[in-house]
Amino acid sequence: MGKVYLEFGNHACAKAAIRAGCRFYAGYPITPSSEIAEKMAELLPKVGGKFIQMEDEIGSMAAAIGASLAGLKSMTATSGPGFSLKQENLGYAYMTETPVVVVNVQRQGPSTGLPTQPAQGDVMQSRWGTHGDYQAIVFSPSSVQEVYEETIRAFNWAERLRQPVILLIDETIGHMRERLAEPENVEIWNRKKPSLPPEKHLAYKPEEDDVPAIPNFGEGYRFHVTGLHHGYDGFPTTDPKLVQEFMERIQRKVLRHKDELLKYEEYMLDDADILIVAYGSVARSAKYAIKEARKKGIKVGLFRPITLWPSPEEKIYELAKNMKCVLVPEMNMGQYVLEVERAVKGASEVHRINKACGELIYPDEILRFLDKFSPLTV
Amino acid sequence: MANMNIYELKEKKPYLDYLRLDKLPHIWCPGCGHGIVMKALIEAFYNLKLDKNKLSVVSGIGCSSRLPGYIDANTLHTTHGRALAFATGVKLANPELTVVTVTGDGDCAAIGGNHWIHAARRNIDITVILMNNNIYGMTGGQASPTTPEGAIATTAPYGSIEPNFDTCELAKAAGASFVARTTVYHYKQLIDLIEKGIKHKGLSFIEVISPCPIHYGRKNKLGLKGLYDYLKTNFIPIKAWDKLPEEKKAGKFPIGLLYHDDSREEYCEKYEKLIEKLSQN
Ligand SMILES: Cc1ncc(C[n+]2csc(CCOP(=O)(O)OP(=O)(O)O)c2C)c(N)n1
Ligand code: SF4
Repeated sequence: MGKVYLEFGNHACAKAAIRAGCRFYAGYPITPSSEIAEKMAELLPKVGGKFIQMEDEIGSMAAAIGASLAGLKSMTATSGPGFSLKQENLGYAYMTETPVVVVNVQRQGPSTGLPTQPAQGDVMQSRWGTHGDYQAIVFSPSSVQEVYEETIRAFNWAERLRQPVILLIDETIGHMRERLAEPENVEIWNRKKPSLPPEKHLAYKPEEDDVPAIPNFGEGYRFHVTGLHHGYDGFPTTDPKLVQEFMERIQRKVLRHKDELLKYEEYMLDDADILIVAYGSVARSAKYAIKEARKKGIKVGLFRPITLWPSPEEKIYELAKNMKCVLVPEMNMGQYVLEVERAVKGASEVHRINKACGELIYPDEILRFLDKFSPLTV
Repeated sequence: MANMNIYELKEKKPYLDYLRLDKLPHIWCPGCGHGIVMKALIEAFYNLKLDKNKLSVVSGIGCSSRLPGYIDANTLHTTHGRALAFATGVKLANPELTVVTVTGDGDCAAIGGNHWIHAARRNIDITVILMNNNIYGMTGGQASPTTPEGAIATTAPYGSIEPNFDTCELAKAAGASFVARTTVYHYKQLIDLIEKGIKHKGLSFIEVISPCPIHYGRKNKLGLKGLYDYLKTNFIPIKAWDKLPEEKKAGKFPIGLLYHDDSREEYCEKYEKLIEKLSQN
């Protein structure tokens, strides 16, 4: 095992980014994500990387994409209002197939909301925030250890599939100090390189895995990058056939790797007849509540998606169809529950606990719901 | 010559090597100034013998921003207003690249204003070519921050009541270390200023007045000749301008290299020094 120590969530994110090979960070200060920028400002120049504090989040997203096209693994981090500002250029990264990691340490909204308090209100925005159709890849860690691991995973998938990967961290997790065991070895993936010489290579021609080998600027492959629809050569096109093919391909390149992308934890599900679906910090309260509920004879278990998008819909259905009911507690007014309902397809009743007042969902609140299923209280 | 194909022409005009000839014809309307800017740009690239593999041309959105698509380099057509923010990432990530951004008055001075002034403040080594046509060309002739007060635009049908920016003054105030203005009428000067701008280490800002006959010209009933005559009569070389009595300056503008300061350190170099310093510790 590598180093074991007490670490702060947002700092774990920055350290993991460096470990994953991130060499460019552009950001704009915003609570509760600023510590990521501060740590990156300190660490990056020490490893020969570049940090820049941009004039706003729009510019940060843009600079991160520009740096990625120039060949560096790059990242930006933000919260609430800043995540909203990044949306247009986030779409540009989906369209131009540029690898980039975007961290959103969620705070309560809408608007300025409660800047220092937790929420999970950006779950749907992380999936559908920019206009048009695309497959978002979104990871939600539940502990400082997982922040570290998921940050590395985010870089790996961004590079492999050439698209943004979003890390949704709850304020509570970003601002938590917890045990971190840095793994001795980590697997690092890098973007693929073109196999053909410049005169033969088409920058946007997809390869067998549906991902094009887009070269880096400055390496002798002169090509064009545009947010307009484009053909294999990267130049604008309105050809409906090419556009449709592109649209299908950018969905497919993610979905065909869904099994590999999905990561989740199953907790006390073996004999469960009540299923809780919870992620991020709420999953921690859920686990506590489950332990208490089981003392009262309630057979409840947890499914905790770490990959929120693409969603583990088949898995949720398989679990839910044998359950008395499903409960989705979330620090928002009901977002992921919509996906759970869609996945469950009516095979079980889906209940929700929604709290968006800046307070955590406490185990008691989950327990109160579970209590009515206790054989001891009938 | 009339029948000569463009590939043959390349032998006589070697600067055409900087174009992606297979992407022509370009999208610009007859009489548009943007094509003249592009020609001056490739002539400047040629005169400087720039390595195309180490050249990146970045733009936002607009008629002007379509320019990079025709240049045989590492070209990046981004989102409206954000060219300089993307270019900042490209340049800082790989300072070996010569980075030029081309932008419109709406792209640079309206939606992209913030990125523009901050790139100038940082003095990052990017050459910014603002193709100012005093209007939003691509979207059909709406008013821009450089539309003169009183001029007609589709969103100012009774004449604009807003004062307009002097983009050179603004760039200078924001910290650009090289500030120049010219017009597509002053073609030789245009090439010369682009060359000087690219050679200058730091942010070079060059405003090029590049008429839009289709929208600005038509709405304001100027005609093609009127538009270009205006460039000839109202844009005065800086030396003559300095001698011009104040009362004769109204409605006129100085052209040439208006300001430069070679003493200011460039942003990427400063960053490299920081890396160097930290590596010694
Ligand atoms: C975020 C956003 N807002 C608005 C537009 C629409 N739009 C496209 S080009 C343009 C104006 C371009 O004007 P200018 O920058 O002056 O360039 P020109 O076309 O005159 O060369 C606008 C408003 C857009 N593409 N994106
Ligand atoms: S609309 Fe105006 S700016 Fe655009 S190409 Fe035509 S003349 Fe040029």
